[in-house]
Amino acid sequence: MSILPFIEGEPIAGRQLIGQDLAWLTTRRQAGIERFQKTGLPTQKLESWKYTRLRPLDDTRYLPVDAGGTDISIDTVPSVGDVAARLVFVNGRLRADLSDISELPEGVRFDTLENVLAEDPLWVEANMGSVAKDADQAMLALNDAMMDSGFVLHVQKGKALTKPVEVVFIGGLTDQAIAYFPRNLIVLEEASQATLVKHHVGHGRAEYFANSVSEIAVGDAANFKHYKVQAESIHATHVATVHTRIGRDANYEGFGLSIGGLLSRTETNITLAGQGANAGLHGAYMMRGNEHCDNTSYIDMAVPNTTCNQVFKGVLDDASRGVFQGKIHVARDAQKADGRMLNKTLLLSNDAEIDSKPELEIYADDVQCAHGMTTGQLDTTALFYLRSRGIPEALARNMLVQSFLGDALEEISDENVREVFLDRVVHWLPAHCFLAGEWKESA
Amino acid sequence: MLEIKDLHATVGGTEILKGLHLVVEPGEVHAIMGPNGSGKSTLSYVLAGREGYDVTGGRIIYNGEDLTNLEPEERAAKGIFLAFQYPVEIPGVPNSTFLNEALNAVRRYRGEEEMDKIEFIKMLRAKTKELSMSDEMLKRAVNVGFSGGEKKRNEVLQMAILEPTLAILDETDSGLDIDALKIVADGVNALRSPERSSLVITHYQRLLDYIVPDKVHILAKGRIQHTGGKELAHELEAKGYADFVGEAA
Repeated sequence: MSILPFIEGEPIAGRQLIGQDLAWLTTRRQAGIERFQKTGLPTQKLESWKYTRLRPLDDTRYLPVDAGGTDISIDTVPSVGDVAARLVFVNGRLRADLSDISELPEGVRFDTLENVLAEDPLWVEANMGSVAKDADQAMLALNDAMMDSGFVLHVQKGKALTKPVEVVFIGGLTDQAIAYFPRNLIVLEEASQATLVKHHVGHGRAEYFANSVSEIAVGDAANFKHYKVQAESIHATHVATVHTRIGRDANYEGFGLSIGGLLSRTETNITLAGQGANAGLHGAYMMRGNEHCDNTSYIDMAVPNTTCNQVFKGVLDDASRGVFQGKIHVARDAQKADGRMLNKTLLLSNDAEIDSKPELEIYADDVQCAHGMTTGQLDTTALFYLRSRGIPEALARNMLVQSFLGDALEEISDENVREVFLDRVVHWLPAHCFLAGEWKESA
Repeated sequence: MLEIKDLHATVGGTEILKGLHLVVEPGEVHAIMGPNGSGKSTLSYVLAGREGYDVTGGRIIYNGEDLTNLEPEERAAKGIFLAFQYPVEIPGVPNSTFLNEALNAVRRYRGEEEMDKIEFIKMLRAKTKELSMSDEMLKRAVNVGFSGGEKKRNEVLQMAILEPTLAILDETDSGLDIDALKIVADGVNALRSPERSSLVITHYQRLLDYIVPDKVHILAKGRIQHTGGKELAHELEAKGYADFVGEAA
């Protein structure tokens, strides 16, 4: 019996791992294994995992990805178009032929973790684990032990990336079930700016398990936009753990669009660490079949004069299930905190289910915080209104779903990204009969 | 053109329409007046095919065809249009997109070609101008942030674009000031022709000064209680419904 029953073979010993000649990293891997052995996979006894169980890991043994294997030809790689650079990982391995990081502006490092470990190990050592410190998070511990891919984005003080950088993870194109463990390190120094777009997509019919960790340090007065599309296949188990620290007068804008994946969970931890820090953490989810999508977040308003806003809206069809857990914590001295949280879900079927748990935990006395949650079905009056104008029922339903989600997508301040995301929403809809072009034009 | 025979309809199991008879000939404008709760809005929803408004007896014959089992969109394609008393707001869907989708859907259903986008915009601009609406109202989301008067004008705009053969106006005058009322009435009158008919449902006679009806019906307790000419509306305004329905409204 292996240490990790859902992993084929020994997790570390005898494997080719990135940075394996670095003693500190080997120590980190060992510590990760030990922590994971203590916690095991998260169970529903844990409050933060109450509604999600990693069921596919019960009876699937995933092969970790090593060097080797065959390159599969890929016709199209999702993209938002005009980007500064792109990294593409297929089945957990970099595909240099599909990537391009040759045109980066001065003061910006954007590369694979493997390369940065080779070129600048001291920098990685200094930054890895400086934001993601939670010793109890099993999935972080697992990633600490198994990290095998991922990227680094580092923007130096005062530098700005004018175009987004893009990372694509493609899974499922293998003969057998595989697991990969991307580790992403994002550091924006003081007064720098960047936009990152991540695409997680699934092709093929193989099962896969992606367990990623992103550590994000947004320096004082820096501005970071972080967009993610999760369009995994129905054979995917996607677990993402994100730790973000936001400095004084810095701004973070996060948006996650979840439109596919058998089982997915994104757990986001944000610390508003400096006065004037602002975080927007938003998302939209669209699930069908037996898909399960969990968005869990913890926002720590640790110092006075910080703001945060969350808008999560979702559409659940068939027997799919959504989970929204959001907690905003206002520390004792964090006066003048302004925190907002909203979760709205549209249930398109009687078998769909949402578990929504917005929470405020406030220890300061001079704050403005609010949370709200609604669950409903398509408005029958609106549906009748559209149909009475001749619009067929299927199209009318699509229009109302788009109308519902459009509101959340408005939180994306990058117009180009918003258009691409809207397009993905349109294509999720049944028999996407809506005129996407026209929608975008006038939206 | 429209022939309603002994119509019985229920909403949530309660019978609201209890044997309603009504015949509207081509080109005619009929007004339906009645106290609150008489079944006026139910009649309009039943004609437009709203779910939950169940016909339990009688028939609705429109141009020789029984409408009872048709979907709302099929009725729209056959030329029936309901101007809502409370037009629905649809955030995120631009008004022009909505109007274009509606027109194309109706055209597709009728086996006609969809209207070219440029041609559509041109037509839309012209109609908007006639109704004293700004182009801005086309870009905005359907009815979102519209005033009461703007919403009603938007209903008339939809009507002008879809060119129905039977327009049902459900209390289109409610919440309108006199200027808006005139604009709406002009819009409705502009569509009057020997082939088109209208059913004007209203509480007050005021609208009927601008949309002059051929016949006025008094609806109460789920039935037409009395029918007369346009002067009946004035009589009602002076006397109230009591004389006609046997009790105070």
